[in-house]
Amino acid sequence: MGLKLEEIKSLIKEALPDAEISIHDLAGDDNHYSATIKSKIFSGKSKIEQHKLVYKALKGKMGNDLHALALNTMER
Amino acid sequence: MDENLKKKINDELEKNEVCLFMKGTPATPQCGFSLAVSNVLKHLEVNFKGINVLEDDELREGIKKFSDWPTIPQLYIKGEFIGGCDIVKEMFEKGDLQKKLQEKQISFQKKS
Repeated sequence: MGLKLEEIKSLIKEALPDAEISIHDLAGDDNHYSATIKSKIFSGKSKIEQHKLVYKALKGKMGNDLHALALNTMER
Repeated sequence: MDENLKKKINDELEKNEVCLFMKGTPATPQCGFSLAVSNVLKHLEVNFKGINVLEDDELREGIKKFSDWPTIPQLYIKGEFIGGCDIVKEMFEKGDLQKKLQEKQISFQKKS
């Protein structure tokens, strides 16, 4: 279980190439993170849609390999 | 997804205007994120039904497919999926959750 910070970052980058990403490992266990993500791709989308884009980028790992990723998404 | 399960979820959403699918119960949440959303609703004195997904594995996976959302908790108001912990907290802080409750004619305690 768990996912490395760099792995999360690169998965998000792959799906949202313009994203500015800042991730913090909250518990030091590779399983609880918080991330702030800024991307042009979020513009005009609801928060639900924005978070879904990030979850899609993680290719099903969210909620399975990765327990917690607090998200703060915003338009660039 | 399984039609029976879908029906079960839809029934809950019809019966309960404000529905929180969570880990644990509102009295004893089993996860910090479920606790946070439950606390927001309690703070606003919203009457809500907490549904403990830990008691039902099928539901725990099913609700994720239902909303196409991979995590729990999940808040629904009058059948509309509102979001998970991050979105609900942010909406509460900005006053958007209160607006949403008002729009949906759900009674709550206005607090600053």
